Amino acid sequence: MRVYNINNLYGWLLALPAFVLLGVFTYYPTVATFINSLYSNETIIRPKHFVGLDNYRFLINDPIFLTTLKNTAIFAFGTVPISIALSLIMALLVHSKIPARGLVRLSYFTPTILPMVAAANIWLFFYSPQIGLINKVIEYFGFNGINWLGNSHTVLASLMVMTIWKEAGFFMIFYLAALQSLPKELLEAAKIEGATKWQSFWKVTFPLITPTTFFIMINALLNAFKLVDHLFILTKGGPDNASNLLLYYIYEVAFSFFDFAYASTLTVVLISMLVVLSLLYFTIIEKKVHYK
Amino acid sequence: MKIHITKYLKILFAWSLAIIWALPILYAFWAAFHTSDFVTHFNLFAPLTLENFKIAASQAPFLRYMLNTIILVVIIIIGQLIICTLGAYAFARFDFYGKKVAFFLVLLQLMIVPEILIIQNYKTLVNLGLTDTILGIGLPYMASAFGIFLLRQNFKMIPKELDDAARIEGCSLMCILWKVYIPLSKPTYLAYILVSISYHWNNFLWPLVVSNSQDVRPLTVGLAIFGAPESGVQWSIISAATLISVAPLLVAFLIFQKQFVNSFMHTGIK
Repeated sequence: MRVYNINNLYGWLLALPAFVLLGVFTYYPTVATFINSLYSNETIIRPKHFVGLDNYRFLINDPIFLTTLKNTAIFAFGTVPISIALSLIMALLVHSKIPARGLVRLSYFTPTILPMVAAANIWLFFYSPQIGLINKVIEYFGFNGINWLGNSHTVLASLMVMTIWKEAGFFMIFYLAALQSLPKELLEAAKIEGATKWQSFWKVTFPLITPTTFFIMINALLNAFKLVDHLFILTKGGPDNASNLLLYYIYEVAFSFFDFAYASTLTVVLISMLVVLSLLYFTIIEKKVHYK
Repeated sequence: MKIHITKYLKILFAWSLAIIWALPILYAFWAAFHTSDFVTHFNLFAPLTLENFKIAASQAPFLRYMLNTIILVVIIIIGQLIICTLGAYAFARFDFYGKKVAFFLVLLQLMIVPEILIIQNYKTLVNLGLTDTILGIGLPYMASAFGIFLLRQNFKMIPKELDDAARIEGCSLMCILWKVYIPLSKPTYLAYILVSISYHWNNFLWPLVVSNSQDVRPLTVGLAIFGAPESGVQWSIISAATLISVAPLLVAFLIFQKQFVNSFMHTGIK
């Protein structure tokens, strides 16, 4: 019994520094954000007061919020599946015997170690209307160039292409790890049974790497909801909010318009989305995915 | 015959994709090392120049920004190593009251990352008087759920017998941590440090919110301010500035490519 008590004490003492910081920078702000979303802003003439769900009523009628919500969904559910599919193809290519394999892998992976801001700087030049490289190529073939980032129809897709370029190599690493740890006997057995490469991929490899796919998917989605660094360089959310994403809108509302109460309300939406997504993931993992 | 064709097609595809993937970065190198006349004019014999780097360095204090980033990354990693090691040790080897709930609370931070709580955390920093300080940028990241989780998994795999043996020899609890757990977890520590370096070297939004002066601003924020379209800086100079910002990490990556790749794999599987 005495040992148990000492363990109790030591356990908590050791975890204490972590919990102090988590308390200050994760739990307290999460709770405070919820509470602040129910209050008005503090002004010089009026202290903040309880407004109930007024901020939320404003929220569902705020066209910019609805646009950013839609954009965030398109951005996340557009970039993530394409990046994952591409990263699996990359991993399969790099996993097979091809000449200059190391160089190919290096090329796929390098974008992921660049800061998003640097990647955006580089791509800004590709997309720029007059001197941009993409338009130079298009004009060379006799077509008219497009103002990729200035047109509300192309801006979000342009950002997504850049994001896929930046992220795919990162996911490839996890697939590579999974492919390397596959039991060789199973693939050999499939070969002996006369399975084509196509069949052995879909019947053997793919089911075995499903946990990896889920792992990548949840990480990629959680990441995609908070990926806004490139907006600061490329579009500032424009034109006319066509590329505005939820977290960037939160930043604008808080630090450009100084409307902290409404920014808190928006943050509650973002937190809820992340929590729902994570819960969904854990339920699926528990039930469906075969985990070792 | 058919097999050969598909094999060559595969190689061709892999290489084409590799070339497309490398192009943007190679292009940034091209623009940075040539005068602005050659930005869209490709000539293999175009004269090379370092002028763009000189101009970029004279227009903004990139070396100071780099120093800030290095200090920031070092502070964060020291904090993370201490706090996450102690936390992981608690969760791996001690039975304490409320442990399961406590661990769940730690994992919450994997979902609710510090980036999305910028408003409230900024207010907290104001109250603590830590805005526009490097410590202020680093503080929210030190109790890393990811670090605690990763180290805990690793500590749990270390045989209990080693722990008991050290105890019998008269080793205290901290001594066991120091002499048994930490030395046996070196690969995990290396992996975590490399992942953490690349995350915080590249981090942007929170440092942007907190930093306000030249002596605090990290490279990413400095670069964003420098390259803003309204600043009217020439493209070749922006390319040079971009390369200055990514150079240390890129060079480290190229030298230690294998360790980096293994680290990312290592942290992902567990």
